[in-house]
Amino acid sequence: MEKETCTFSFCAKPAIEEVETDLLLIGGGMACCGAAFEGARWANPKKMRITMVDKAATDRSGAVAMGLSAINTYMGENDPQDYVKMVRNDLMGIIREDLVYDLGRHVDDSVQLFEEWGLPIWKVGDDGFSLDGFQAKEAGKAMLKDGGKPVRSGKWQIMINGESYKVIVAEAAKKALETNRAATGVKQNHYERVFIVKLYKDAKEPNRVAAAAGFSVRENKIYVFKAKAMVLAAGGAVNVFRPRSTQEGQGRAWYPVWNSGSGYALGLQAGAELTMMENRFVPARFKDGYGPVGAWFLFFKAKATNSLGEDYCANAEALAEAKAKYGKYVDALGTAIRNHLMMRDMKLGKGPILMRTDDAMAAINKTFKEKLGDKEGAKKVKHLEAEAWEDFLDMAIGQAGLWAGKNIEPDKTPSEIMPTEPYLLGSHAGCAGFWCCGPEDLGAPEEWNKKWPAGSYNRQSTVKGLFMCGDICGASGHKFSSGSHAEGRIAAKNAIAFIVDHPNYTPTIKETADHLAAELYLPFEVYEKYKTYTTAPEINPNYIKPKMLQTRLQKISDEYFGGISTWYMTSKTMLTEGLKQLQMLKEDTSKMAAGNLHELMRCWENYHRILSVEAHARHILFREESRYPGYYYRGDFDLVDDNNWKCFVNSKYDIEKDTWEVKKVPYVQLVP
Amino acid sequence: MPSYVITEKCDGCKAQDKTACQYICPNDLMTLNRDLMKAYNQEPEQCWECYNCVKICPQQAIEIRGYQDFCPLGANVIPMRGTDSIMWTIKFRNGILKRFKFPIRTTAEGSVDPYKGKPEADMAKLKQPGYFTTAKAMPVIKK
Repeated sequence: MEKETCTFSFCAKPAIEEVETDLLLIGGGMACCGAAFEGARWANPKKMRITMVDKAATDRSGAVAMGLSAINTYMGENDPQDYVKMVRNDLMGIIREDLVYDLGRHVDDSVQLFEEWGLPIWKVGDDGFSLDGFQAKEAGKAMLKDGGKPVRSGKWQIMINGESYKVIVAEAAKKALETNRAATGVKQNHYERVFIVKLYKDAKEPNRVAAAAGFSVRENKIYVFKAKAMVLAAGGAVNVFRPRSTQEGQGRAWYPVWNSGSGYALGLQAGAELTMMENRFVPARFKDGYGPVGAWFLFFKAKATNSLGEDYCANAEALAEAKAKYGKYVDALGTAIRNHLMMRDMKLGKGPILMRTDDAMAAINKTFKEKLGDKEGAKKVKHLEAEAWEDFLDMAIGQAGLWAGKNIEPDKTPSEIMPTEPYLLGSHAGCAGFWCCGPEDLGAPEEWNKKWPAGSYNRQSTVKGLFMCGDICGASGHKFSSGSHAEGRIAAKNAIAFIVDHPNYTPTIKETADHLAAELYLPFEVYEKYKTYTTAPEINPNYIKPKMLQTRLQKISDEYFGGISTWYMTSKTMLTEGLKQLQMLKEDTSKMAAGNLHELMRCWENYHRILSVEAHARHILFREESRYPGYYYRGDFDLVDDNNWKCFVNSKYDIEKDTWEVKKVPYVQLVP
Repeated sequence: MPSYVITEKCDGCKAQDKTACQYICPNDLMTLNRDLMKAYNQEPEQCWECYNCVKICPQQAIEIRGYQDFCPLGANVIPMRGTDSIMWTIKFRNGILKRFKFPIRTTAEGSVDPYKGKPEADMAKLKQPGYFTTAKAMPVIKK
């Protein structure tokens, strides 16, 4: 099959703008907002230019766009070493403990800043009950930085009134960028609605990133950003597997539907080494609405049972069976294992699995009334009911709509929970991402810092000048929103140090701007060339529109790589066949067709999804065990095999040859 | 749960400097039809029901209706976002109404001054752990 090329014979050539900067921030979510805030402070005295590029509007971009009801990583009185132990347990024993500890010792500063900037944080009242952010302020409760006592929903989580969480964090980032404009005299350093498609290497230094190309989603314009260093935080991947919902419900993914794997695809095409891409996250959430369950479990002490009322995590037979295959990891009952036990009951026909919100509310009602009397007790219960609804309204509003649509009042009716379709990410309870340099002072092997091939700069990838954070810095999950901001700050500071150490560098690329424009606008050229061949533009033998590209990808992933239709089961033979199908899909991307700028973005987003999934499948194929039961299973190796596989799996993609190199890297325990 | 625009209420933000919903949608869904000067959701199956278009619309012309592949008809969830708090009205399919009000921020919009009262960056510490705000020595792993 012949490849299509773009010579602008059919579609119009866009305007091209070249932007030179020192530090480029790709993404506008929590991580890059942190990078802007920290980066500008270090850059301003040196008159270094920082530029942020966001594919959406920064006030509401990234995974926190809707808001959040909790900050899941705040150390407070806790020791970061215990945080490392928790993350290690939940991620089945294999994490980069240097990166996780480093995050733990940094993260609180970001949370305290959020509060200073205006994020309302719940505090413990004098009667032991919770006060919302306003009540706490009125009652004169101390701020976190002054030792204020937050309301903990779990050991690491604190409750917030987080509807405007992202707006507040973005405001600080935008103000920081403003100070950088003032310091450098640059007119514009914040680009919204510009979608970065590809990174380019330096023409003279083969392992150094030099430029990023993207296009405006609002006008016919290509941007080429040349930079001395880059912080990449373009998120994980959603809608890469066939979702449970169909047709219009596909948008109700648990993970934000706009996170299209761009973080992974941009970095891996530049040759950055990946780690733990076999990891995925399959959250158990309220069915269909995918509303959060954490507060119900941790804060309201609700229990999840099968439909016979049995606690599926306490079934002796199931636990013994799991332990025979997955060993000691079953004892810790991490997220993956709990999923595994839930699914076992579902397969035995003991579903639906129910969150017993009714029992939890009844128990709370009883305790409150006994403790406080009928009147005061009822008042507190009403306050608690509002808190339960706020949990949804802050971060999964559709779940509130679904309960309303199904007449579900949580104090009267239990709600169904369900494992979702798989997602790829590295900041929540997952750890798929890039292999990054860590700090030098934590006793980690020198291969992880001092002997780093690209130079020892914290959070630098294996490509010189390319720093990773948020969802795409690998083997270091459980950062969540606050940790992503904190990691963005670490990455930006170290990127500035890198730039300072390489003062005479000027980025140059071998590709011309016209070449980049032709590459990015290929889907326009293909569409314009063939669109009149048939009477209906959607059905044409010469091209594939982005919607069907995504559909085909989801079908391949789902059926061959362990999606919902096989109960997350795959094997060597299934993976091998799936990869063949994926290769043909990849070839077909030279015939992606876009009728407008929105579709052009969808084309490249789906291209990013395809590359992310390929990395995922190749890692699962390489790791001959089932490290994450409940997330995926290798039917041919249905066990956790610590003797052979208690190690990282790393990979590297060669964009010229379209080949992958996958290898084992030793795991080293740092925290006893 | 895709957003929909009520024809009579939408004025295409013609008095504003930009079309609010089109500006804010994180997934580039809300689009202004320039012939009609009305906005619409161009790709409902990619809508995350984040409500950012609903919250920002100056005419309150945008609402959300449940995804019809799993949500029965008849319910509604409507926010009124103010400068410091948000009011929610939830109408159940069976007519039950619930109203809630939650804080959204404790400072005035636009008042964040990120470096106010913060130390300058100490370039001598550029290669050490910690941020420009860090005063104490950072802890390390104890064996």
